[in-house]
Amino acid sequence: MEQYLFYGLSTIAVFSALMMVISKKPIHSLLYLLLCFFTLAGHYVLLNAQFLAIVHIIVYAGAIMVLFLFTVMLLNLNIKGEQSKPVVARIVAVVAGGLLLVALVGVLRGIDNNPTLMQPNNQVGMMKNISDLLFNEYVLPFEVASILFLTAMVGAVMLGKSESKVLNN
Amino acid sequence: MDTVVEGLKLMPINNYIILSSLLFVIGLVGVLTKRNALVVFMSVELMLNAINLLFAAFSVYHNNSAGQVMVIFIMVVAAAEVAAGLAILVLTYRTNHSIDINLLNSLKH
Amino acid sequence: MEKQIAMSNFLVALIPLLPLLSFLIIGLNYKKLNKTITGVLASGSVFISFILSVVAYFQVKAGATFEVNLFEWIATEKFVINFSFLIDPLSSLMLLVVTGVGFLIHVYSIGYMKHDEGFNRFFAYMNLFVFSMLILVLGSNYVMMFIGWEGVGLCSYLLIGFWFKNTEYNNAAKKAFIMNRIGDLGFLLGMFLLYVTFGSLDFKTVFSLAASYPVGSTIIVTATLLLFVGAIGKSAQIPLFTWLPDAMAGPTPVSALIHAATMVTAGVYMVARSQAIYVLAPLTMDVIAITGIVTALLAATIAIYQNDIKKVLAYSTVSQLGYMFVGLGVGAFTGAMFHLTTHAFFKALLFLGAGSVIHALSGEQDIRNMGGLRKALPVTFMVFLIATIAISGIPPFAGFFSKDEILVHAFAHNKIIWGLGFFTSLLTAFYMFRLLFLTFSNSFRGTAEQKHHLHESPKVMTIPLMILALLSVIGGFIGIPEVMGGHHALNQFLGRVFTAPAEELGLSHSMEWILIAITVIGAVLMIVFAWLRFGKKNLVPAGDEAARPALAKLFMHKWYFDEIYNTIIVKPLFWLSEFFHKIFDVKIIDGIVNGFGSLAVWAGGRLRYIQTGNIGFYLTAMVLAVVVILFFMLAI
Repeated sequence: MEQYLFYGLSTIAVFSALMMVISKKPIHSLLYLLLCFFTLAGHYVLLNAQFLAIVHIIVYAGAIMVLFLFTVMLLNLNIKGEQSKPVVARIVAVVAGGLLLVALVGVLRGIDNNPTLMQPNNQVGMMKNISDLLFNEYVLPFEVASILFLTAMVGAVMLGKSESKVLNN
Repeated sequence: MDTVVEGLKLMPINNYIILSSLLFVIGLVGVLTKRNALVVFMSVELMLNAINLLFAAFSVYHNNSAGQVMVIFIMVVAAAEVAAGLAILVLTYRTNHSIDINLLNSLKH
Repeated sequence: MEKQIAMSNFLVALIPLLPLLSFLIIGLNYKKLNKTITGVLASGSVFISFILSVVAYFQVKAGATFEVNLFEWIATEKFVINFSFLIDPLSSLMLLVVTGVGFLIHVYSIGYMKHDEGFNRFFAYMNLFVFSMLILVLGSNYVMMFIGWEGVGLCSYLLIGFWFKNTEYNNAAKKAFIMNRIGDLGFLLGMFLLYVTFGSLDFKTVFSLAASYPVGSTIIVTATLLLFVGAIGKSAQIPLFTWLPDAMAGPTPVSALIHAATMVTAGVYMVARSQAIYVLAPLTMDVIAITGIVTALLAATIAIYQNDIKKVLAYSTVSQLGYMFVGLGVGAFTGAMFHLTTHAFFKALLFLGAGSVIHALSGEQDIRNMGGLRKALPVTFMVFLIATIAISGIPPFAGFFSKDEILVHAFAHNKIIWGLGFFTSLLTAFYMFRLLFLTFSNSFRGTAEQKHHLHESPKVMTIPLMILALLSVIGGFIGIPEVMGGHHALNQFLGRVFTAPAEELGLSHSMEWILIAITVIGAVLMIVFAWLRFGKKNLVPAGDEAARPALAKLFMHKWYFDEIYNTIIVKPLFWLSEFFHKIFDVKIIDGIVNGFGSLAVWAGGRLRYIQTGNIGFYLTAMVLAVVVILFFMLAI
């Protein structure tokens, strides 16, 4: 049953990712991406990583997607539509991507037995375990990340200010 | 919940690797083919998420939470990147009235 | 006594340091100092050094030997060089010559250079020279000697090219410097060989270690030959003598001090200093004797046909240096040092006298335009006459004793060398008196204006001349040979240094008397011959272009040495340089360098097309590169 769930989610994820790339309008791309993110959240649940799933929904589907949406609306890009790159460039890009996929999957070639995930009492995704690590072993990166966030926020505000003020500064 | 975990015992790790590779390559192709900077950004997000999925899968596989902590850090970086990146996009749009990356070729000069 | 020695150590160090100090003071302030101060400072410092040398001499004579170790200069595990001075009889004698004659020449120069713009510069160089020469003489190891050796070479270069605005003088300076370099290379190699063999360059160590080597061992012979190459360069022996006549381009006091009295005798000093190893190498001794006698004869033949007063003296110097080397070669080390000393007196006197003549004639150097100067320059004439007699070997003047000693030893050693030496001394008497008669007797041949300006030199110049003249007369008495009832004071004095057993002369007293008589009579006959030709008949040498017998032409053109060197060495070198310049440098070296430049430009021209500035293109390239790398790693 769970396997079907996995394959189903995977199919939707790949499909929506493809559609995101193929769509002409940015707004469509955005919505397909949103769909893709939700399926990924489903995958996290399947992996028994509940905390990750929740955070993923909040951060990506909630915050980042809304930010994208605002930008799309703000810039009013839909009117202009999407101009596409030259055909040659697109073919080269697809070939390059395909080759990379071959390379990545090719790594698996040498593995004889195909190990499965086998943790009967999988507790790694539990909030307790994660926070344990995050606030002990990874506390320094955690604090640094907060500074990064702060910097990004200040940067975004600075960049977003009206043009004349930016120039004056 | 336990049934879910039980079911996963049969799920090969390779499946997750292939899935995240696929998503990653699709995102990459999006980055390479799109002219709209906004869509390029979305593709980059997709690539990051492909990596996240792989991290989470391996975290479970190795019974180690560190992988999921890493996912959280990646999300942090992604959020920061999006905030700054979109701000730059808005700024670019203000000056160029376009976010076509083909017009952003000032590296040439 | 202990205290006195200790004090002397400090004073010994002062001997070379005073001229150095004076050089620094004058050299650093040469634009500000006035000429009187410079003259007094420069001469005074050398004079004090002279006084100290005299003090040192008496202490050495009383049996002392100073070894003053100032500081350890180079100190590695295996290689230790001390900055130390050694005063033994040999260096004491040289000290007296260098500071004594040096002082007189300094005083003389005050008068001679009075009107020259470069007065202060001149005295700075002169003091530097005296300093270097003293280092050379005082050094207690080969490295110290080499420092002095190079220092005097540098000063020689600076002073030959003193009037640097004249290209010819500069060329002469360069020639002297380059030829000396050839010799110095030999000296250096010799030093290396000594170090490799003995592990030290200290005189004492080397000599005591060398004593255990058999006579004629290859290493000793090679080392001594290499050192002798250095002496050849410095002391202007065949084949490296051609620089000395050209060196006359410098001011006359320079010729007197550097190119007659002191620097050129450094080679003789070096061989005498290294006597302990030279006596172990009979082959080298033969080479020295042969080189010396050939040089002496060759230079004498050239001197006969020279018409430039300084050139005659220059070739005479080369010839006399040849004599000294004959003395060294036949084992008469004392004789060589004796001749070095007396030669310093009378040759310095000759040069200074010539300087006085040139001074009186406002720069004229061609003896064909002189004559009859006896009346106008009485003092100069007198001292010149004394010096000429001294160099010709007429008793009881200085040159007689020293030359006699060398010739007697040569006779005992090898009759052929004696014969050639005797013939050379005849030539010497002839060309010197030719010079004397052409310059001073009969009537003046120059222009009326020159005649009008003829004047005796000032006292500051004539007094040093007179002192040197006195020394030229009595200088020989320090070495009266036994056959004349003397004790040979110099021989006893230097006996402490020349420890190797002196070659048994094996000559009866009557034989010695006969040799002396032959030499003296021959010289007198040559003087008479010269007087008949240039005194009585008043013959004046024809112009350079006049037709002459082949032999005379050969002598006149200095045996075509310069021409031969030009053809064999200089021209091929130029040709090679030209080749390397035009072909190798321009085509190949520059070609390679420019080729890399053009390659970069060309490649840049091609590669700029991929610098589109298009992000998409860059990204695609990056991805393709990653793919290539991944496949590469997979393949492994």
